[in-house]
Amino acid sequence: MKKKSYALFLVLLLAMSTFLAACGGGGNDSKEKAGSGGKGSDKSDNVLNLTETQDIPSMDSALATDTVSFTTLNSTMEGLYRLGKNDEAVDGMADGDPQISEDGKTWTFKLRDAKWSNGEPVTANDFVFAWRKALDPNTAAEYAYIMYDIKNAQAVNEGKMKPEELGVKAVDDKTLEVQLQNPVPYFKELLTFGTFLPQNEKYVKEQGDKYGLEANTTLYNGPFTLDQWKHEDKFVLKKNPEYWDADTVKLNQINTKIVKDTQTDVNLFESGDADLIKLSSEFVDKYRENEGFFTVKESSIFFIRMNQTKSEWLKNVDARKAIAMGFDKKGITDVLLNNGSVVADFFVPEEFAKGPDGKDFRESGDKYLKTNLKEAKKHWEAAKKALGQDTVTLELLNYDDDLSKKVGEYIKEQLEKNLDGLTINLKQQPFKQKLDLETKMDYQLSLGGWGADYLDPMTYLDMYVTGGAHNQQGFSNKEYDKLIQEGKTTLLLEPEKRWEALVKAEKILLEDEAAIAPMYQRSRAYLSNPKLEGVLFHKVGPERSYKWAEFK
Amino acid sequence: MAKFVFKRLIYMVITLLIIATLTFFLMKLLPGSPLKNQEKLSPAQQEIILDKYGLNDPLPVQYVHYMANLFKGDLGLSFQYDNRPVSTMIGERIGPSAYLGFQAVVFGTIVGIILGLLAAIRQNSLLDYAATTVAVLGISIPSFVFAGLLQYYFAVKYPIFPVAAWEGFEYTVLPTIALSVFVIATVARYMRSELLEVLSSDYIMLARAKGISSFDIMVKHALRNALIPIITLLGPLAVNIMTGSLVIENIFGIPGIGQQFVRSIMTNDFTVIMGVTLFYSVLFIVVVFIVDILYGVIDPRIRLSGGKK
Repeated sequence: MKKKSYALFLVLLLAMSTFLAACGGGGNDSKEKAGSGGKGSDKSDNVLNLTETQDIPSMDSALATDTVSFTTLNSTMEGLYRLGKNDEAVDGMADGDPQISEDGKTWTFKLRDAKWSNGEPVTANDFVFAWRKALDPNTAAEYAYIMYDIKNAQAVNEGKMKPEELGVKAVDDKTLEVQLQNPVPYFKELLTFGTFLPQNEKYVKEQGDKYGLEANTTLYNGPFTLDQWKHEDKFVLKKNPEYWDADTVKLNQINTKIVKDTQTDVNLFESGDADLIKLSSEFVDKYRENEGFFTVKESSIFFIRMNQTKSEWLKNVDARKAIAMGFDKKGITDVLLNNGSVVADFFVPEEFAKGPDGKDFRESGDKYLKTNLKEAKKHWEAAKKALGQDTVTLELLNYDDDLSKKVGEYIKEQLEKNLDGLTINLKQQPFKQKLDLETKMDYQLSLGGWGADYLDPMTYLDMYVTGGAHNQQGFSNKEYDKLIQEGKTTLLLEPEKRWEALVKAEKILLEDEAAIAPMYQRSRAYLSNPKLEGVLFHKVGPERSYKWAEFK
Repeated sequence: MAKFVFKRLIYMVITLLIIATLTFFLMKLLPGSPLKNQEKLSPAQQEIILDKYGLNDPLPVQYVHYMANLFKGDLGLSFQYDNRPVSTMIGERIGPSAYLGFQAVVFGTIVGIILGLLAAIRQNSLLDYAATTVAVLGISIPSFVFAGLLQYYFAVKYPIFPVAAWEGFEYTVLPTIALSVFVIATVARYMRSELLEVLSSDYIMLARAKGISSFDIMVKHALRNALIPIITLLGPLAVNIMTGSLVIENIFGIPGIGQQFVRSIMTNDFTVIMGVTLFYSVLFIVVVFIVDILYGVIDPRIRLSGGKK
């Protein structure tokens, strides 16, 4: 018996010591290892191991709405064009640039010889079928509106016209003709969006409800095929030998494991089981010096909505300006986020849209509403005078995740300190509930974000036209409305003037009106196997492209 | 016995109906829609889609539809995972959760019983104190702390086991240990106190007086009685663990059902909320039923029907 108790004591000791060790010096231990990067450095088999926080919700391009779906679709399928370096549209199924009619409304595409993974050729009808399907109200596609620039698209989607009346037709097997409602200058880039991917009519009808649900009930025409899809566990892409540009594709296989825990992600990277992971803010300092550390700017802009219908104060432009300039934005990006995110003194993000002169929109536009406590205080006093009140309490609606909570608390602390007489009450709500309150305009201030759908400033700016579906804060400015309207219609064929109009519109929105208080443009921190090269990161649609990726 | 079982079955069906109804109406009180791209859709566009799914119908109509389908065994299609049948989703995800949970409960119960047994036999010895300390630690430290520690020490620092994935037995070792800690602690604690109580009872004294060996007393008389509360405990505990531990599954990348339930609520995925709730309820009710029957098997003193006295 004595022996037994001794053994038990040892077990206990072990349990205790692991526990205590973790409380004590766990942090130091890991720091030594951090420098080593991923193990398992032999990558001659060209197999890329990734993690993703969520399973693929849908492989049906008409139904996809999220980054995981769009990224996987981007790897396994191909539309007329695909996003290349710097988010430029490069040839996909289309062989060369389209022929565009004089009025910019008829686009004709020549298709290259390409095959689906079942050996059938990709034809113009595959596009016609997929696009009609996406717009058919019975499909209930949540990204149907992205196609509204095509003639009759909106009417079809609203059930006022038949899908056959959509302005798209297959002239012959290899020629596709598209009629546009509006000759939008960014249509070629727009075509890279997942909803515009083709689908093989015969195959889709054969599969019926099962299409896009499993690896073997979906067809592929992209650089990779989905070889294995174990739901909620992992999915495996294999190089597609039938792909028209297969010579360019270097990776043989991409394994994606679903991992929801950020610490596990890091552990998988440390053990060499993952080659590229996202780093959340708390891990950034630990890995900043790592060879494989880098940050990527995204197109998401985060800002404070100021609802002019629920508060006299927020109706006052001085009060809005005071709030917009009255907090230190750098504190959010450098301390709270710490992942390469940049201060936003603008609404249309940096490195996002290029004008007709080839310059970034941010070079044409100025910076507005920079943090300026002196100015903020001046405006605040003016607002007090105008309203004849000295104190005010405003409610700040917020998401309920950890990071947003921190940002919300920071803003509260800053604004209450800098603007005398202001009290901010924080109200955290789950995502869906927050959206609901915003839609009903039942809030005063709200932390919000907006990501781009297409590569044009309009994806941000048309939000704030009077009565716009996403205005949701009672902002209205006639000149702004006019500029946006012109930008969507009369100026479409005069790109330089259109660009000027958009720059002017942003200036009105921020400098004149301070309709919103921009906070930051989000970046993401990544940790990568240093041998991995050529992964492209995109600002719209798919998060990344692996077509050109390889291990050096 | 047959009468008892029949009666219980009826009660079970009624209970399920009440659960389904309550969940349905409570769920509909959640603000927002199950749309995935709600943020970007205008109200008019949302209407088109909600119409298609029949979510604009009056609530009673939706309820009747749902219940009618339910009786046909159709749990509907998920919103978040486009058009994937909810029954398939639950089927795919329950496997790993149940496997892991089973392993953890079996391992945890065996270790727990041994620990409790040793502690009771050597009451107030060093061994007893050690076992009690283990039990207290196991109950008070959340399992994700153990999970994190195990993963760091036995997968990253000393790569004995894989970090995270679901490919075979070696991938289940660490999560099983992490999950079983709570089981070990709970079972050991109950085992010890029950056994102590039983050992001091009259009939054990009588057995001793008759000169039966301590081993026989332990196995044939004491243990059997001490197991009753453990069985009461194990039923719900097993259901709890087998239906998936959200945190452990996240840490070890296990494709289980734990996350599904939480996510469905966050995203208003109505059909999945209903499906998973009903699934959990059925499991729970059935397990409680089995436990009730098991009582009688282990201890004839507990009668199932009050009829024959």
